[in-house]
Amino acid sequence: MKKNRMRKAFLLPAVYLMLTGAAFPGHSAYLHKKWSYAVQTDTGRTLAPYFIAPTTGKKTPNPDGFIQRWLLLEPINKPNRTNTVFTYTYLNTAFNTEYFPNQFTILPKDGETVKAGEQELTWHALETNNFNVKLFRFAYGYYKHTYAVLFWAVTVVNSPREMKNVRLAAGSNGASIWWVNSKEALLLEGDRRMVMDDGVSNRLTLNKGKNIIRVALINGPGLSDFCVRFLDEKGVPVKDLTISYQ
Amino acid sequence: MISINKLFTAVALYTFWSTQVVHAQIGKPFIHDPSTIALSDGKYYTFGTGGGGLISEDGWSWNGGAVRPGGGAAPDILKVGDRYLIVYGATGGGLAGGHAGKILTMWNKTLDPKSPDFKYSDPVVVASSDGVEDQDAIDPGLLLDPTDGRLWLSYGTYFGYIRLVELDPKTGERIKGNKALDIAIDCEATDLMYQDGWYYLLGTHGTCCDGPNSTYNIVVGRSRKVTGPYVDNMGREMLKGGGKMVLAAGDRLIGPGHFGRVVVEPGVQKMSCHYEADLDQSGRSVLGIRPLLWKNGWPVAGDNVKPGTYEIESERRGYALGLKVDFVRMPGRMRFNRNADEPVKPVPSQELADVIKTWPTGNIDLRIDDYMFRPQQKWTVTPVLEAGGYLGGPYYKIVIAGTDRALAATADAEVTTVPTFTGVPEQLWRIDQLTDGTYRIMPKVIPNSKESLALVSSGDSTPTLARFDMNSDNCKWNFRSH
Repeated sequence: MKKNRMRKAFLLPAVYLMLTGAAFPGHSAYLHKKWSYAVQTDTGRTLAPYFIAPTTGKKTPNPDGFIQRWLLLEPINKPNRTNTVFTYTYLNTAFNTEYFPNQFTILPKDGETVKAGEQELTWHALETNNFNVKLFRFAYGYYKHTYAVLFWAVTVVNSPREMKNVRLAAGSNGASIWWVNSKEALLLEGDRRMVMDDGVSNRLTLNKGKNIIRVALINGPGLSDFCVRFLDEKGVPVKDLTISYQ
Repeated sequence: MISINKLFTAVALYTFWSTQVVHAQIGKPFIHDPSTIALSDGKYYTFGTGGGGLISEDGWSWNGGAVRPGGGAAPDILKVGDRYLIVYGATGGGLAGGHAGKILTMWNKTLDPKSPDFKYSDPVVVASSDGVEDQDAIDPGLLLDPTDGRLWLSYGTYFGYIRLVELDPKTGERIKGNKALDIAIDCEATDLMYQDGWYYLLGTHGTCCDGPNSTYNIVVGRSRKVTGPYVDNMGREMLKGGGKMVLAAGDRLIGPGHFGRVVVEPGVQKMSCHYEADLDQSGRSVLGIRPLLWKNGWPVAGDNVKPGTYEIESERRGYALGLKVDFVRMPGRMRFNRNADEPVKPVPSQELADVIKTWPTGNIDLRIDDYMFRPQQKWTVTPVLEAGGYLGGPYYKIVIAGTDRALAATADAEVTTVPTFTGVPEQLWRIDQLTDGTYRIMPKVIPNSKESLALVSSGDSTPTLARFDMNSDNCKWNFRSH
């Protein structure tokens, strides 16, 4: 972890130069062009082994309760000079700004596109065999910006019964906000490393049937990812759920 | 007539005293040679030398009123089934008298003298000394062996051996044919306890009954068998004077002796004793109750949290409890790769005044994160003596240092901070030092609830209130002074 932090620290000056386009418009076009060129010259990118194509079978949380089926939106560009700007005040603005229509209610379909400013972005239905969802690799695999980005992800958790006093437990590299059935459940601020069960919501209720879980994650430089599961009153992972795209 | 200035000074001194002294109990906790504390009908009791003893409604405020006939010295209490077995010594008086003594037992269904069931059985002699032998039958201590239900009695003083005899747990009488075993020397006020496969013999060494000059201190040895041999951490038998320190003088309390243990619940144990002299209470002999810790298989007296300003560190990850407020950057950036000859100077820490205007003025929720000694992470912990207490401790208020912003439980069993401490029960906190040295923090009440919950890490970064589990580091905290 320390090594990772050091690397992160050393990346900062370079990333800072790349990402301050808004502050230095004279440099912006050049830097963006250079960045795009670097991306496009790598033609061998793949989502494997981090993601697998969506399946249609029944999907339950993994043995530790982590949710592995998601609809992921290609990242929105969100320049930031440092991850230490992710304070509550900043995030409350950043996460409550509308970047694309119906962003707080949408339950998208695989391949559906949205317009976020000048960007046209696609939702991708994906699954992972990992406990965590590696957003950096998702962005990298689709030749999108990997740093200074804002991700959106949605999934549907189906509960066989009403479950009271459960908690959403998440970790994220980058700051993140989590909604359960459109209600804010958790906000992880600051320059986060992804740690399982880092932040935990207050007690909440999962409805019998469909529950929509939505997350937005913001990062400057960093290997963006998240993991999430539900814990019961005793802190035991909730596993008798099914996960679907709709 | 007392002057106004003197009155203010007296009030100020009392206020200072009342918020600083938290080690002795409050009320009139004056006693010598206290028994192990027993809970009967919702109240705590301890008996002392000379008859009578103390009663407490909450375990923190103690006053006279307990009733024990027979006079004599240094009783002990043990609950066996649904009855209480009381044992005491009728002696020639030790230092000033002879050493012919008797140990007597008697039963009572309750320790509450107001109860219709309060009635002592006739005392029965279970051990004695003839005044000549190397033994003085005084200072009894009882153990009901949790492994086999057998009942044991240790007794004796500095005059020769500490002895062990077996009693019948149904009658309280000596087992017929049982011969006394010598198990220690140089001790008095012994007591026995069992923990994790070991039997522990607690004894008091040093000089009794000399006020602030008493050198009393509590020591321990252990054995795999209740019959000994009891040895200390250096392998010295207590029959050869061995003993590892459990508690000596400190914090203006001198001469601890007469150990007793109360197992409150898994992970929470208390030890009782007397201090020969409490310098804050006229140098009188007072009841002491403190946490009992276990370190490497040895009992050690713990400490109630002292008033002060602390980081409240979660045992789960080592993160610190703090307000959910914006991180405010300190001036300055990366400072390495500088000219080594450049003069160095101190950099001020971030202070409350630097950040408090950025904080909301209403309730502020909490998080747990890496400690950076920022104002939102510094907590001032102060006992609120008038708010009552629990066994061995007062309730505390916990506020952000330099403010009146107080930690509080919410009706939905979460935690928050309120702008001003008002003294309502959900802002009062019970703090128990656990057997492993960490602390449990519990609100006095949760609004609209009868549940007893503790401050818990539900995640690395998230505090909540939940049931206490000694096996989980989620439930444990440290008060760190930096």
